[in-house]
Amino acid sequence: MPPRTSDAIVIGGGLVGAAIAWGLRGQGLETVLLDEGDIAFRASRGNFGLVWVQSKGLGAPWYQRWTRGSAGEWPALAADLGARTGLDLALQQPGGAHLCLSEPEFEDRAARMARMQSEAGNHGFDYRMIRAKELREMLPGLGPSVVGASWTPYDGHVGPLALLQALHRAFTEAGGAYIPDARVTGGTAAPNDFRVETAAGAFAAPRIVLAAGLGNADLAPRFGLDAPVRPQRGQILVTERARTILPMPTTTVRQTGEGTIMLGDSMEEVGFDTRQAPPVMAQIAQRAVLSFPWIAELNIVRAWSALRVMAPDGLPIYDQSDRYPGAFIANCHSGVTLAGAHARLLAPMIVQGSLDPVLAPFSAKRFDVPHAA
Amino acid sequence: MFRTRPDARPATVEVLVEGTPVLVPEGASAAVAVLLAGLSAIREMPVTGSPRGPLCLMGVCFDCLAEIDGVPNRQACMVPVAPGMRIARQRGAREARP
Repeated sequence: MPPRTSDAIVIGGGLVGAAIAWGLRGQGLETVLLDEGDIAFRASRGNFGLVWVQSKGLGAPWYQRWTRGSAGEWPALAADLGARTGLDLALQQPGGAHLCLSEPEFEDRAARMARMQSEAGNHGFDYRMIRAKELREMLPGLGPSVVGASWTPYDGHVGPLALLQALHRAFTEAGGAYIPDARVTGGTAAPNDFRVETAAGAFAAPRIVLAAGLGNADLAPRFGLDAPVRPQRGQILVTERARTILPMPTTTVRQTGEGTIMLGDSMEEVGFDTRQAPPVMAQIAQRAVLSFPWIAELNIVRAWSALRVMAPDGLPIYDQSDRYPGAFIANCHSGVTLAGAHARLLAPMIVQGSLDPVLAPFSAKRFDVPHAA
Repeated sequence: MFRTRPDARPATVEVLVEGTPVLVPEGASAAVAVLLAGLSAIREMPVTGSPRGPLCLMGVCFDCLAEIDGVPNRQACMVPVAPGMRIARQRGAREARP
């Protein structure tokens, strides 16, 4: 049977792939979105849901700008998806706080934020280091251990599962082809001529986008690309629903639109191990209760772990293959925050056939630099 | 609508369901007290506000959530009655109390 042909193939039905696929479809491309299935690691099902700017890109101001650009695209993305699908993504961008539980933490944070601002140069970077006394007016029931916080106006949060559902629905309703259970089993690459074999049939297109998260590590070399990504485990606890009490998200505690309070997050180097670890869960709960002692009264109703998709330096990877033009790759651990950029900035570049120079520092070639002897 | 079987233990424990005294057998659950009080609903769902009352009586459905002795969101069917227990309606999501 001849392969099904289209203008573009996107491999990976998570937040990154779905955002790009929807963006491509919005630019008029016949787009096929290949999703592996429930055997995949599914980072997009385990997200915390922050649209987060303030911690991103220390020493890499291009990442700070890309992240902020994405946060800037978010209101239009949420409005567009909401209007097309009727789904409420519960996007709020009231700014966000990173709580510091000791003086050394506060001092470290202050130094970090000052450096971010200096690196931002003419692009600017608004932030404030806020002491506990003032912070108590902003966040209810802060614990006595909280000595202060960093705050920026750029941060926010959103319902990550609603986002994933909305992207899929908007994509298919706009005529995109979503193919489930389509694990890629083989493929061939030539400039602007790609074929992939999957469990759900064969596909061909002049453009291909690898957005398969951790799966990109194996896929990339077939298409003249490189994705040295590793899993990093994160665990999350969720409380029962409570009436809205938190006016803004913090790095590790946020209240969802439905009222549950999500507690995160761990960063564990344990390989492809998705089990939960009670000592880590206890640490997460402990930090949450030090931050907001009243959380201790709430019942935990769910908890899970998921694997982040991490490059060696923690930054995203965006590339087009030199060897096989038309083959693109997108990898990141911030599929929620960067959804605005992926759908509205990156997808048009892929349609045009070249990545904007602002993405040049994200090339995986940065990992090829030989170490000085 | 809900009557205890004739051979059941005598109703000797007095609890308050929405402020009204109700006698229930020792060892019965707070959900039984709700049913004996004649209430068909003891909570309103947090998202839709739809009324719900005790259903499965075995800790599975969460439709009997109530505020019991001031503690919100308790599964009434899993809490044995005690003299003077106060069982009150759970209206939507609970309050978090800073």
